[in-house]
Amino acid sequence: MSIVLDPAVLVESLAGGVVIGVASGGLILVNGRVAGISGILAGAMRRGAQAWQWAFLAGLLAAGALAALAGLPVPAALTRQSWPMLALAGLLVGFGTRLGGGCTSGHGVCGLARLSPRSLAAVLMFMACAAITVFIRRHVL
Amino acid sequence: MRGAITLSGFGFGLIFGLGLLLSGMTDPARVLGFLDVAGAWNPALGLVMGGAIAVALPAFALAKRRPRSLLGAPISLPTSSRIDAKLLGGAAIFGIGWGLAGICPGPGLVLLGHAAPGAAIFTVTLILGSKLAELTNKP
Repeated sequence: MSIVLDPAVLVESLAGGVVIGVASGGLILVNGRVAGISGILAGAMRRGAQAWQWAFLAGLLAAGALAALAGLPVPAALTRQSWPMLALAGLLVGFGTRLGGGCTSGHGVCGLARLSPRSLAAVLMFMACAAITVFIRRHVL
Repeated sequence: MRGAITLSGFGFGLIFGLGLLLSGMTDPARVLGFLDVAGAWNPALGLVMGGAIAVALPAFALAKRRPRSLLGAPISLPTSSRIDAKLLGGAAIFGIGWGLAGICPGPGLVLLGHAAPGAAIFTVTLILGSKLAELTNKP
């Protein structure tokens, strides 16, 4: 193994993390809601969906649209993936996050920021399973 | 008040999405590089979580002590603390899917807004998988 340390990437990552923290902290303090994206998406897809849920999702889409308008390229690591693989990944991510009650944002950011042991257990589990999946695909198969 | 809550919901979604773009979470190469601990490991995404938690932690600590949000809505925090098979099994299945494509739900939606080919497939199956979990696991 080796470690990739690009200072520009580290600064971007930290800055992006701070912005995500501002959005998560803002949503709980201003709206009283947890910024768990899989949960917000599931809520928006149910009867009785609330306007703020759709508005939050629209905000995420708008960020992507702004990236397109700014001329940022679509990541090549997305476009080179086959559609059946993306479909399988989407199904697993959708099923797993609903069963486990959260994803990277709900458990990973908000749950850990609330110091929730339940979220810590979920984060350790999904990180480990994701790393094992990558290991098998890149180094075993 | 409802209009203000909807508007701020949009604003925080937009900020969240811009943070995901800046952090590299919308690039599967960066995410898979973080998860590939046995290869050319890129630890940068650890800083994304660290930075986000450092800012969100005091906000949640403050929110827990407030009866209502700044816009007057109830503070709605998860109440379950159970660590059970559903939580761990769900997290494991999510982890496998995340490791396959390097995309989690937030970045998937940002990439859909970017009109990225493949993001629509991911989002549609994401919603299907979520519905399937709700249908097979009635509370």
